[in-house]
Amino acid sequence: MTERLRVHVDPDKCQGHARCKALAPELFDLDEYGNAHEAGDGTVPPGLEDKAWLAKSNCPEIAIDVIEE
Amino acid sequence: MSDVSQPAAHPPVTDWVHDFDHTDPQWTEDPFPIWDELRAASPVVHTNRFLGCYLPTTYDAIREIANDTEHFSSRRIIVRDVRKEIAKNAAPPITSDPPMHKPAKQLLLPPFTPDAMKKLEPRVRAICNELIDDFIADRQVDAAARYTKHIPVRAIAHMLGIPESDSDLFVNWIHMILELGIKDESMLLQAVHEMSAYFSAHIEARKNKPTDDLISYLMNARDKEGNPLEDSHVLGSLRLLLIAGIDTTWSAIGSSLWHLAKTPVDRERLVAEPGLIPTAVEELLRAYSPVTMAREVVGETMISGCPVKPGNMVLLSFPAANRDPKMFPDADKVVIDRRENRHAAFGLGIHRCVGSNLARMEMQVALEEWLKRIPDFRLDPAGAVTWSQGTVRGPRQLPFLLGKAM
Repeated sequence: MTERLRVHVDPDKCQGHARCKALAPELFDLDEYGNAHEAGDGTVPPGLEDKAWLAKSNCPEIAIDVIEE
Repeated sequence: MSDVSQPAAHPPVTDWVHDFDHTDPQWTEDPFPIWDELRAASPVVHTNRFLGCYLPTTYDAIREIANDTEHFSSRRIIVRDVRKEIAKNAAPPITSDPPMHKPAKQLLLPPFTPDAMKKLEPRVRAICNELIDDFIADRQVDAAARYTKHIPVRAIAHMLGIPESDSDLFVNWIHMILELGIKDESMLLQAVHEMSAYFSAHIEARKNKPTDDLISYLMNARDKEGNPLEDSHVLGSLRLLLIAGIDTTWSAIGSSLWHLAKTPVDRERLVAEPGLIPTAVEELLRAYSPVTMAREVVGETMISGCPVKPGNMVLLSFPAANRDPKMFPDADKVVIDRRENRHAAFGLGIHRCVGSNLARMEMQVALEEWLKRIPDFRLDPAGAVTWSQGTVRGPRQLPFLLGKAM
């Protein structure tokens, strides 16, 4: 059984580069200022694991955590 | 102001580690080996030029400074020969420090979200095609003069609600401020004065007849107490949008086309796989980041083990950070499908470029439309590519031959 992933954006670190939204639009949403937060509770649906890691590894502010549950 | 200086001649640099100068012709032409040399010497180097200035050379040192607003102020953001008095509301939020920074920034962010840029995209696509229509029948073109130069200025004019036909005025002011102004204070003052007069007239006109554009948006904005912004704040932010929105993306599009003109394998791949263009844009932003920012040291501290003292400026070279091999494998190579790319082309920390979503959209659209219509092009060996000097680096002459090589 594969482990489940959850993404989380640290709102104090996010500066609105919006790379996560461009790379993994299913997993992140932007507020009216363009700052990111995880979609829903951050649970990564099966098949989108790669996008979660890709978003994390392209965030210039190191604001994204991918939590293995 | 009484201390208007004459343009100063800078002696050529012979010792980069102790006497660097980002206006030296060698830096303008090919800065990459210089950054490698300086990075090998120290994470932070210093020059006595510009009344004293540090240059952090590693990604880590640059990140540290960008995130330290206590010791590094944004009240001066261009390294010049002179330090003139600090103007109130110079160009908020880029010239603001906490706690003034956040409200000024939040005001500008909503019109520049990715969703807002999607609405502007069709106009930018049309601008690109109108420009291409004008020269596609020719066998050769200066892509800087005929294409890259016009895209960002027309897009920002469209957003501001000022005539796109005033573009040449804006381009000239930017040149006077960002390039000539480093050494010739009078050029800078003249451009700022003319620009302020221009925008003041547009603000006045909207007081009687509001419009649906960015100028009216700023005039209608209210602070937390419900008060409108002072005219000088509106003017400062307009100045910022124009200065920051033009040269920068012009340079980024130009460097991208320059790279593709001399790298057929990358060009052919993007023509065949246009879906890769957004990824390639990130890599081109990393490898040829146009914008170098600055800070003023306002408190003594240590950066990557190096002492840093007040009274000096800091040249915050995001372009050099993006070439740090400790951060990016094959940092000196353009890898157009690079998957992991935490580049700092739009800055790091609270001063992340407000227009980053606009710049990315313009770059993607400009490359898509160009490659669709002009899949084959190369540098014209009879012409010379020239680069802008100073704070924003990009090609200012870009002679291409169009069509397949005979």
